[in-house]
Amino acid sequence: MADEKLLPMSEGLVAFITEWKKKPGNLIMVLHKVQEEYGYIAGEVAIEVSRMLEVPLAKIYGVATFYHLFTLKKPGKNKIAVCMGTACYLKGAQDLLDELDTILSCKAGEKTADDMFSVAGVRCIGCCGLAPVMTINGKVFGNVKREQLPDLLAPFQNAK
Amino acid sequence: MAMVNCLIDGIKVEVAEGTSILNAAKLANVKVPTLCYHPDLTPWAACGICVVKMAGSPKMIRACATPAEEGRNYITQDAELTKTRTTVLEMILADHPDDCLTCGRSGNCELQTIASDFGIREQPFEKNAPRMPKDESTTSIVLNPEKCIKCGRCAIVCQDLQGVYALEFIGRGEHTQLKPAADVLLEDSPCIKCGQCSAHCPVGAIYEKDETKQAIRALANPDLHVVVQMAPAVRVAIGEAFGVEPGTILTGQIYAAMRRLGFDKVFDTNFAADLTIMEEGTEFIHRFTEAKDQLPLITSCCPAWVDYMEKYANDLIPNFSTCKSPMQMEGAMIKTYYAEKMGIDPKTIYSVAIMPCTAKKFEIGSCSDMSSAIGEAQDTDLVLTTRELARMIKQAGIDFVNLPEEEVDPLLGTYAGAATIFGVTGGVMEAALRTAVTVMTGEKLPKVEFEATRGMDGVKTAKLNVKGTEVNIAIAHGMVNIETVLNEVREAKKNGTKTPYDFIEVMACRGGCIGGGGQPTGATDEVRAKRTAGIYNDDEKSVIRCSHDNPDVQAAYKDFLGEPNSHKAHELLHREYIKRPVYNK
Repeated sequence: MADEKLLPMSEGLVAFITEWKKKPGNLIMVLHKVQEEYGYIAGEVAIEVSRMLEVPLAKIYGVATFYHLFTLKKPGKNKIAVCMGTACYLKGAQDLLDELDTILSCKAGEKTADDMFSVAGVRCIGCCGLAPVMTINGKVFGNVKREQLPDLLAPFQNAK
Repeated sequence: MAMVNCLIDGIKVEVAEGTSILNAAKLANVKVPTLCYHPDLTPWAACGICVVKMAGSPKMIRACATPAEEGRNYITQDAELTKTRTTVLEMILADHPDDCLTCGRSGNCELQTIASDFGIREQPFEKNAPRMPKDESTTSIVLNPEKCIKCGRCAIVCQDLQGVYALEFIGRGEHTQLKPAADVLLEDSPCIKCGQCSAHCPVGAIYEKDETKQAIRALANPDLHVVVQMAPAVRVAIGEAFGVEPGTILTGQIYAAMRRLGFDKVFDTNFAADLTIMEEGTEFIHRFTEAKDQLPLITSCCPAWVDYMEKYANDLIPNFSTCKSPMQMEGAMIKTYYAEKMGIDPKTIYSVAIMPCTAKKFEIGSCSDMSSAIGEAQDTDLVLTTRELARMIKQAGIDFVNLPEEEVDPLLGTYAGAATIFGVTGGVMEAALRTAVTVMTGEKLPKVEFEATRGMDGVKTAKLNVKGTEVNIAIAHGMVNIETVLNEVREAKKNGTKTPYDFIEVMACRGGCIGGGGQPTGATDEVRAKRTAGIYNDDEKSVIRCSHDNPDVQAAYKDFLGEPNSHKAHELLHREYIKRPVYNK
């Protein structure tokens, strides 16, 4: 795990950064692309982005720690996001987080010891009609009840 | 220039277009309260204390960051504004520890002052001031996140004025911290220890590493011979800590106070500034006349600049003057020349330097060349900033301002006017030119002042005509200003064309050392101008104006060093540089 090779970047990412280098507001676009590719913004990748864009590393961390969408920690294999927007919160999103912690021993913002899951409480994902909402690897589950969680997680737990 | 007419609480003012409401209010003698605002920095409206209203609108706007508009009537105080500002303060105080009594900024804390001005007597909000570890990783600066009010001055000054980017807003909302990126400590960050963060922090969140205890312990040790030296910029600024006008020259009072504190010998870094001119002037003339490919020569007196160069501009190491800073030259001379002359075992000498600078604390142990006099022991044992010396003087109960003036001790104390101007931007260049031009022309200068080196422009350049030969100089201060000059040099090197400059002076802090990170807090351009005037006054009233005319410097060469750039001079007064990474991994 620790020896996972992050650099050099893929040709696609290098091309993307090169294309965006001269454009204003490029940092957020580039960080999105980095996160898309790696699942998170690793320190050594941030250093490389800093070098390529000629942006101080401090600025990259300033932006990456300001926006909740960016994460500096490597996520689990399966990414669970529980919407904490107002509607979902009122409909019991916190209960879902608590139940996930009970089942997986993993609090919001953390990942499981076996790296299989990471859990995040996120800002409104825009489908308040389905509250409470959660996503697993981008797939949306609406009107979720805490009793349903073991069944929802099962396919991902088995797919090792 | 387009002008704007507006009213401040009904008082008519006319200001240039773009002037903030805050500055317009000053013209009406109205002081809108502020906390995050600092005149050195572009306003970024972090705190919300300076809210004002426009007549006819219930909306509150931030006076620091909003330009005054034509025809508006701004209301700067009413019951609602006072209530809002008080609430903001109460919320800041809820996140701030209440240990003012033991805080280094007690007595000159801007938060304390404003809380006092507002008559805050209770804290209605629940206290939310968690314990957090201090960052004491550097030898110069301590970062205490518990005290931080997230005003951001430190990060803005570090980035916009210094171009260093050691500090940044990390995180968001109540979890925001001002600290280096990538979870590293300051020591492993790009920090150059200039201390501008500490000079701009309104509270006790980032400050100089206080080493007064070490000084007091050394002074109490009968086995140590404790010697002190003082940098030029200290003498025109320390008075501010005692309520004296900035720029007041207090050299004689400082010498006297140092003796009362128990220092065995009182020397002046200015002596070594003259020595630096002899060494660096000789180095310049050599490169200018015999080794043009080694031009430009770049000054090396400023330790924050040296640190910056070793990290960000180490491609230019060959262009750096090999001269140590005056402090380190003085330190080496104290433990060799002085010890020899007086028959003192240099191992028993404890050498203290009073500096306007936090980076000097780093410099004394920054590489093996800083231990040139006796084995592995440092040439300078301890650096105290102007702020720390002021505290020691107060602690000792010395009536500083009314002290009878005293003289410096002979041998390593006498100085020329050229030395004292080392404390301002352009001063090292001017001092070097006084000597170099004299040597190059073989004639006494009709006028010693070089006006082109003076002033507050971030970059100053000039072409000098030295008996038909053109000498191109550049001077930069405020670290962010140096890159343009360096890039011109790099461009010429790349293209194989003639260097645009022969001699470049760099000082990291705005205004030079008079604006140093270890000086009394509260420096603005107004204060810097007064300190600068004090330095030039000190020069003008000097009988000797040029370094090469300093009789003690002449004696040091005759009796000890031989000649400038001699083998012995190289051993004691010169140094090498190393490449350092911007981030230590």
